Amino acid sequence: MKARRSLAERLVLGAPWVWLLVFFLIPFLIVVKISLSQAALAQPPYAPVFALGDGWEALEKLKELSLAAYAGLADDWLYAEAYLSSLRLAAVSTAFTLAVAYPLAYAMARASHRWRPILLVLAIAPFWTSFLIRVYAWITILKDEGLLNHALLSLGLISEPLHIFASDEAVVIGIVYSYLPFMVLPLYNAIARQPPDLLEAAADLGASPTAAFWRITAPLSAPGVVAGCLLVFIPAIGEFVIPDLLGGSDTLMIGRTLWIEFFDNRDWPTASAVAVVLLALLVVPMAFYERSQMAETPS
Amino acid sequence: MSAAPLITFEHVTKRYGAVTAVDDVSLEIGAGEFFALLGPSGCGKTTLMRLIAGFETPDAGRILIDGRDMADMPPHARPVNMMFQSYALFPHMDVARNIGFGLAQAGQPKAAIAARVAELLRLVQLEGLGARKPDQLSGGQRQRVALARALARKPRLVLLDEPLAALDRKLREETQFELMRLQRELGTAFMLVTHDQDEAMVMAHRIAVMRAGRIEQLGAPRAIYEVPASRFVAGFIGEVNLFEGVVARVEDGLAFVRLNGLNALVCAAVEGAVGASVTLAVRPERMLLELVRDEGLPGVVLDSAYRGDTQVARVRLANGSLVRIARFGAALMPERGAAVRVSFAPDAARVLPA
Amino acid sequence: MKQSSFVRSAALLFGFAFLYAPIALLVIYSFNASRLVTVWGGFSTRWYGSLLENDQLIASAWISLRIALVSALIATIVGTCAAIALARFGRFRGRLAFSSMIYAPLVMPEVITGLSLLLLFVALDIPRGFWTVVVAHATLGMCFVAVVVHARLLTLDRSLEEAAMDLGATPGGALLRVTLPLAAPSILAGYALAFILSIDDVVIASFTSGPGSTTLPMRIYSQVRLGVTPEINAVSTILIGMVALILAVGVLTSLRSDASVRD
Repeated sequence: MKARRSLAERLVLGAPWVWLLVFFLIPFLIVVKISLSQAALAQPPYAPVFALGDGWEALEKLKELSLAAYAGLADDWLYAEAYLSSLRLAAVSTAFTLAVAYPLAYAMARASHRWRPILLVLAIAPFWTSFLIRVYAWITILKDEGLLNHALLSLGLISEPLHIFASDEAVVIGIVYSYLPFMVLPLYNAIARQPPDLLEAAADLGASPTAAFWRITAPLSAPGVVAGCLLVFIPAIGEFVIPDLLGGSDTLMIGRTLWIEFFDNRDWPTASAVAVVLLALLVVPMAFYERSQMAETPS
Repeated sequence: MSAAPLITFEHVTKRYGAVTAVDDVSLEIGAGEFFALLGPSGCGKTTLMRLIAGFETPDAGRILIDGRDMADMPPHARPVNMMFQSYALFPHMDVARNIGFGLAQAGQPKAAIAARVAELLRLVQLEGLGARKPDQLSGGQRQRVALARALARKPRLVLLDEPLAALDRKLREETQFELMRLQRELGTAFMLVTHDQDEAMVMAHRIAVMRAGRIEQLGAPRAIYEVPASRFVAGFIGEVNLFEGVVARVEDGLAFVRLNGLNALVCAAVEGAVGASVTLAVRPERMLLELVRDEGLPGVVLDSAYRGDTQVARVRLANGSLVRIARFGAALMPERGAAVRVSFAPDAARVLPA
Repeated sequence: MKQSSFVRSAALLFGFAFLYAPIALLVIYSFNASRLVTVWGGFSTRWYGSLLENDQLIASAWISLRIALVSALIATIVGTCAAIALARFGRFRGRLAFSSMIYAPLVMPEVITGLSLLLLFVALDIPRGFWTVVVAHATLGMCFVAVVVHARLLTLDRSLEEAAMDLGATPGGALLRVTLPLAAPSILAGYALAFILSIDDVVIASFTSGPGSTTLPMRIYSQVRLGVTPEINAVSTILIGMVALILAVGVLTSLRSDASVRD
């Protein structure tokens, strides 16, 4: 290891460092700060506890820090409910995503070498098309007078339309659909990189194809399952667009709560407090996720 | 092979598209035999082995194990086990669970598995390493785990796919003798698949030399080396010098062959009439090199090398062809550029079909 | 063996049908003459025609495009620097914090990212508009670029750089003349990814944009909230078509370069 780095090297390291510091880390500190401020009917709609340039006086003002926003969160059961409901919907969606993605990823990884790159592109391609558009597409399908009900009614499978749209079920469908590529990719990688002769060895040692799957393929794909689940679960908790477009008025998700506090109620301290608590909830799964990512790519 | 053979191939053919990997092969392997499939890469030896293991199905012909047709027998139901070239150790299981995998699949009780695993660890000299994961082992240790795993179910036949390829030279030689000892003590039939003639020669009772999907020659190592059936076998097993010639005279079963219009030499029995063209194959260590005698083919020493136990020289003959000559021991080789005469004893040459 | 291949084909068929059926329906119904979404009223391109007259939508599309082009460029430059630092600088001080900040935005809920950036801009008293959205998108994009390029750099043979240095190149020269050209496809992929993330985004843009910088997704979103309209189907179809075209070109060129490598 060199003791000193050249100017160019320091620039290469420094540019992203400074960028992330200014536009990622400091903004969070500001969120924390504002969550400790008083709501005010002004522009911006909060009374700062301390401002930049307060200097030593800022320390004096620490006494005035307001926990009002957090007290508000604790008082109103609706917030707790929203957090729990987000966790529940995210967990259910993650489970369904895994159930849909695993067979797909498995079949892709076991396809012939000629087909694999094509299947891979097909699996990733939807991710490249607009997230918003893909969620929107489900409105047309799931509405009471939508295509799904239309098809089921005309096939005679149901006698009256299913009320899926504007419900938690629709949100789960939306999350499963939107996040499917995030689950398929790590699973595919975890399965495809298993040497094929491991399965041959298992068969040679008396394992039927089913036994070989459960004793070899499944445990070896565990890192992919963990990575995929975290990639779906974490962002799904804070999801806003899907519950807003597909959920009902009673669908509680914390991302939507934050949005409403911020844009509709213009209560910035409460929105910030919601964000801080959400982040606190996510710290553990995110740490897991980062550890799994860094284990994947050792330096 | 007096008793019923363990493995029988009856006119087995396997094709991949336009390529015929195994071409109408018939073969018998006896119980307790150490058998080697030898050939260059792409000769079909790996396919032949995978046909026995059940990873491939023949397009034509039958494969019998202990007299039973294996046509509809999936790999996991066959009484053979394989040691993979890559070893294919399960990375998420420790050594003991790797070795015990086949026993667990057979539904054996835990205690019996543990006892058998301990026995096998002793057999391959890995006592105390049962709790290690494969990535915590050296290459040689991994090789022995793979072997122990293949032996665990007491199979009728163990398939060894290039078992020594990943080992360094010294370890390879030790392991060769180790495999021979195990095979002798266990009495299990071993089938070795290799492209390394030394490996096959040292370990096997019988060798099948394969080329382009066919068995070119089948026999004991000594017979294959001393009496190669074809130019290919002669060239693939060890070094060989080939001389083109014409039968000049046949007397008492001995033929006099004229080589390239040069001196005629006597050589061993030959079928074929006077005037037939033949190829003579002579091993480098059977070649004679003289500085002064008039007999033999004239040539010039191109280069020579000292290898410790042997010395080798290459001689360019007057007609332009190169001849390799090997000598054991410390006897001096003629220097580079020396004019020499090259010959061989009448019984040193084998006549190959043209 | 036959049975399992049947099961695998079924899994592929079901999986891809699930992925593509909604998109296909959306595209088909954008050509529906009827205003009713579920009733097929014959083939028509009338909704595409009415798009052309929607000046607001076109203006927003133009804004989105410019934001995406600029923010993806910034994201690619800064993100590639981050990837080089992670892949080649060894265990520098603060490495863990640095890589944590690279990986975190990949899963961070967008509402948090959007809110925090907005509060930063307010605190610094920066008027919100085109450039605030660019900065927000560049921040998210650079993390994706860094991950993509980093993964590629790790697979590159270090001995290539060492050979370059052995032949007299400085470490920087080896990087510029050997490593970066080899990583170019991943850098390009990173740019495309950052571009798509930007042009797709509705949440972060809603927080960080100001009057006059309403992006296309924001515009679509406000209309979608009011209900399904054939015009939105038409816009969506155009966007899907563009992405499909870009993807097709990308895949074809990568297939061709693969083929030429094999020759």
